[in-house]
Amino acid sequence: MTLDWLQGTGVQTNIDIAQALATAFHKKNPDITIKVDPSGGSGPDLDNLVKTRLATGEMSDLLWYNSGSLLASLNPNKTLLNVSDQPWVKDLDPSFLKVVSGSKGAVFGAPLQGADIGGILYNKPLYDQLGLKVPQTWDEFMDNNKAIKAAGKTAVEQTYGDPWTSQLLQLGDFYNIYSADKNWASKYTANKAKFATTPEGVRSFENVQDLAKGGFFNKDFASATLDDGLRAVANGDAGHYPMFAGLYTSLLKTAPDKVEDIGIFAVPGDNASKNGATVWMPPAVYAPSNTKHPDAVKKFLAFVASKAGCDAILSATTTGTLLVKGCTLPNNAPGVIKDTLPYFKSGKTVPALEFLSAVKGPNLASLMVEVGNGTLSGAEAAKQYDQDVEKAAQQLGLPGW
Amino acid sequence: MTTLSQAMRLKSGLASRRSRRSAGSAYPYWFFLPGAVIFSVLFLIPTFASFYFAFTRWDFFTIQFIGWDNFVMFFKDPQLMRGFTNTLIYGVLTSGLKVVLGLALAVLLTSNITARGYLRAVIFFPVLVSTIGVGITFRALLDPFHGLVNKTLAGFGITGPGWLTDPNLALYSIIGVDVWKGVGLATLIYMAGIVAIPRDYYEAASIDGATGWKNFWSITVPLVAPATTTVIILSLIGGLRSFDLIWATTRGGPGFASDVIASVIYKQYQAGYYGLSTAGNVILFVVVTAIVLPLFLWFNRKQTDL
Repeated sequence: MTLDWLQGTGVQTNIDIAQALATAFHKKNPDITIKVDPSGGSGPDLDNLVKTRLATGEMSDLLWYNSGSLLASLNPNKTLLNVSDQPWVKDLDPSFLKVVSGSKGAVFGAPLQGADIGGILYNKPLYDQLGLKVPQTWDEFMDNNKAIKAAGKTAVEQTYGDPWTSQLLQLGDFYNIYSADKNWASKYTANKAKFATTPEGVRSFENVQDLAKGGFFNKDFASATLDDGLRAVANGDAGHYPMFAGLYTSLLKTAPDKVEDIGIFAVPGDNASKNGATVWMPPAVYAPSNTKHPDAVKKFLAFVASKAGCDAILSATTTGTLLVKGCTLPNNAPGVIKDTLPYFKSGKTVPALEFLSAVKGPNLASLMVEVGNGTLSGAEAAKQYDQDVEKAAQQLGLPGW
Repeated sequence: MTTLSQAMRLKSGLASRRSRRSAGSAYPYWFFLPGAVIFSVLFLIPTFASFYFAFTRWDFFTIQFIGWDNFVMFFKDPQLMRGFTNTLIYGVLTSGLKVVLGLALAVLLTSNITARGYLRAVIFFPVLVSTIGVGITFRALLDPFHGLVNKTLAGFGITGPGWLTDPNLALYSIIGVDVWKGVGLATLIYMAGIVAIPRDYYEAASIDGATGWKNFWSITVPLVAPATTTVIILSLIGGLRSFDLIWATTRGGPGFASDVIASVIYKQYQAGYYGLSTAGNVILFVVVTAIVLPLFLWFNRKQTDL
């Protein structure tokens, strides 16, 4: 039989992972073929497609989707297949289990990657050439930027051709909000804390404004795409690019000899001793609750959450800590991934806000684009994002809003 | 009055009434039924249904009545005011440009120039092409660094701006593309209006020694007034509701710079706020009607006066 898997376009890494899993699974189960359908659009278009198909009951047998609060927006308790009775569920890392769960102990998905860090990619040869050190504070980061700009290179690459990438700096800064107030996320969910009234919160928006004002962006920041950005930081045309570590994989095709030239560090705050990384739980593979092949689908999910599944994923990409018991990173993981391990080992990590809170406003990307191109100030963007979040919470019917 | 003329008038009155009645009942009323059914099911019923759903919070599973909350939230949206002004700018500018350029092109294409037939086809061709296709094509053409437009300008030593990436320019670039695409239809309507003007007027004017310019302003423009009305109404309605082109070129970006009401509504639909976007659609309906209906009535009154 054939199972269909709906996949988004735009991020080649994710398509490669899906394909690797499908191929490996088919080898072990020749009677089941999985067809990966990468036509799902990207960003809000994919979102749209998935939500509509789930609502009308026309979803394919499998789908790729985020975990955490974005999963909550799919109304998973109604629309997704509950796999909590499967034996592999206990092999999942507890922090991941939390972000693919629903009400009454329901579990919906198996992880498609390891946990990833959202930080600032940097070009190692450029750092060596200019004698720069990995910054531990924002001021050190700005000094590095000035040095890179003086050397005639782009200090910070921005790629608003793919608007979702504009959010990385603000979202990656969450560790610094968390280190100032460990309970900020729950206060925020209960409408008791806001970005605009939290100093570190406003800072996360104003950081982008400062970079824009300092002229540190690339010339084509308004139209460059994700792949342009990755190539720029790998080639040394740009010194920094705020991005996920795990997305280096497209470079394996476009600039394979430059993969080892990039590293990553967490978005620095003001206190060197309180430096830590914001972690993204991986997307997962889910099945709709009305699937016509529940047994085959459950078999596949079990495969994904096993060592064989991890190996298939590792053949397509390598990301941070893998979240299934028995899966470990290979020794030949690229440098940028090895850079993430100290953060995980020391425990200086926090899941990104979207995994600690069900509320995420849909307009953050557009607001950050406006901060980046100078239309909005950071403080104003923080205020508007708070309003956006308020709208989202009210539409979700959350208590206290 | 003689009885004969009275009788004649009565007879002609009867005859005309009879002919009027027979003209009215040429087709029995139930011939309209299929069309009426389709129109009701596809347009009337959903329109009135949306008036109800706008007052609810709904998804595909549940409906919850929440009164005016959706409308309040829609108007509190900071992006909305910009969407409103953008929509008005878009509607007025595309309409105005199509009127001016359409008439100019129509005058050109009804005169005796070479390759007239070919030029007419070329001007009308963009109307037939898919709007999304046009949007995607122009998105590539107007890319600030790799697009053909800026590369050509660079050949002349001019650094082209970020047509679709400069927040101050994006909306106007899209207006330009919209006019390029739609002016053919306006030209066509105007051409029909111009060729319907009797030659006698121009002959009489040339006897009086009128120049081409005077001809244009005193004869052509007043006598194509019905075409002008049609072009303004049609392009205004289309412009105020415009969505496809904007979405295909910039998705309302950069940021919110080229958002119009229709794309604001679509973004809310994307976010899953179905009740909110229904309310937005109701608001759009009211706004377009409020602008176009008085305009339409005013034009009609002017026409009957004429």
